Amino acid sequence: MRRTIAKASIVTALNLLFFTVIGTALLAITYQLTHEPIARSEEQEKLRLVTQIAPASLYDNDIIKDTADLAADKFLGNDDTTVAYIGRLKGEPSIAVLQVIAPDGYSGKIGLIISIHSDGKVGGVRVISHKETPGLGDYIEIARSKWITGFDGTSLESIKDSDWKVKKDGGQFDYMAGATITPRAVVKAVHKALQYFAQHRDEIFKPHPPANVQTGQSEGEKK
Amino acid sequence: MTPQVFKDILYNGVWKQNTGLVQLLGMCPILAVSSSVVNGVSLGLATAVVMALSGAAIAPIRHLVPNEARIPVFILIIAVLVTVVQFSMNAYMYGLYVVLGIFIPLIVTNCIVLARIEAFAAKNPTLESALDGFAMGLGLTAVLAVLGGIREIIGHGTLLSGIDLVFGEAAKSWVITVVPNYHGFLLAILPPGAFITLGMLIAGKNWLNLRAEQKLKGSNATITPVDGGCAPAAH
Repeated sequence: MRRTIAKASIVTALNLLFFTVIGTALLAITYQLTHEPIARSEEQEKLRLVTQIAPASLYDNDIIKDTADLAADKFLGNDDTTVAYIGRLKGEPSIAVLQVIAPDGYSGKIGLIISIHSDGKVGGVRVISHKETPGLGDYIEIARSKWITGFDGTSLESIKDSDWKVKKDGGQFDYMAGATITPRAVVKAVHKALQYFAQHRDEIFKPHPPANVQTGQSEGEKK
Repeated sequence: MTPQVFKDILYNGVWKQNTGLVQLLGMCPILAVSSSVVNGVSLGLATAVVMALSGAAIAPIRHLVPNEARIPVFILIIAVLVTVVQFSMNAYMYGLYVVLGIFIPLIVTNCIVLARIEAFAAKNPTLESALDGFAMGLGLTAVLAVLGGIREIIGHGTLLSGIDLVFGEAAKSWVITVVPNYHGFLLAILPPGAFITLGMLIAGKNWLNLRAEQKLKGSNATITPVDGGCAPAAH
């Protein structure tokens, strides 16, 4: 009796092992076949987003590969190091695309990307992730409304610090009745991102090994 | 497989035992993803593919697996197939992959898949099992399409929004604006809208069944209650 129980357990265990090995092998093969196309489509998606707010005419480098790591900072709202994409024209930095988080949305964090020209003007802002109420707070998406383009061309110089608020709070920015918390969070995040950029400009634009070292360094800092 | 068996399996999967309207299995994706036609149909088809593949994979090995190890082996196979589908979507339909997100891996825990494997593929030949899985998935897709369509029209006033995520930028013009300048009706987009609409669809199907029954038997038919619940992996 004990024999047969032991035997049955071993058979069952071996059976499970057998299928696990086959399953793992199948997954390994699929991973091998798809990981390159996956990396490619992820890169394309990033490029698609980045080129929406950083026109391709502004840079001649591979903007997705020319990156700077930005440590977590309360002005960026991030908890981990994020990557900034740097556009350079003839080796000279022209635009930076930062990823920032607005931590105080109506339902949690709002992930944004923002492009800032080397002169400190906003190139554009896009929402990349949010959980705001559909139909109410989601007008911050470019697919739903043009609201987010209201940041284009703004800068710390063109709008004074106290005006970086929605109109309801006495600031400059439009909002839609019924959903004020969402735009408030986005305006604040963009404002803070600009302040961050003003403080860390040289650090962000600092050329790094793969970039054009000879020309980048001196000219980049002069401007 | 005789043509009659073929027809029976198909009829059973798409209408009589419809997962969304009769078995009421896999409610999680039904409620979450049916906010638009494109999302609903995409997840429905992904589920149908997984169900057909897992039926086809499990039926031929059903005699090799000891009874006690049945469930873990089945789940293992389903999980592998889902991951294969997930990788493929990530690689070749990136936009859609982002939209469906967590619901693709969740196909593994969708109880329709395991339920059909247990109820059908573990007892039937390969071809029939694959067809059964696919027919069940197709039935789910149909429900998701109708549900998504109703919610999208009421909620956003459009149809087929997001189709460019499947067929590329050029497909943007396929989006149909049913009600121009529509301000949207939030309830239809939120989960309660899914519950209410699904309830109406179930009522509609029961009414059709009842009518068909009455035609057959005269006028003494009653509604048979639908059997709900989700035995293997409720959520």
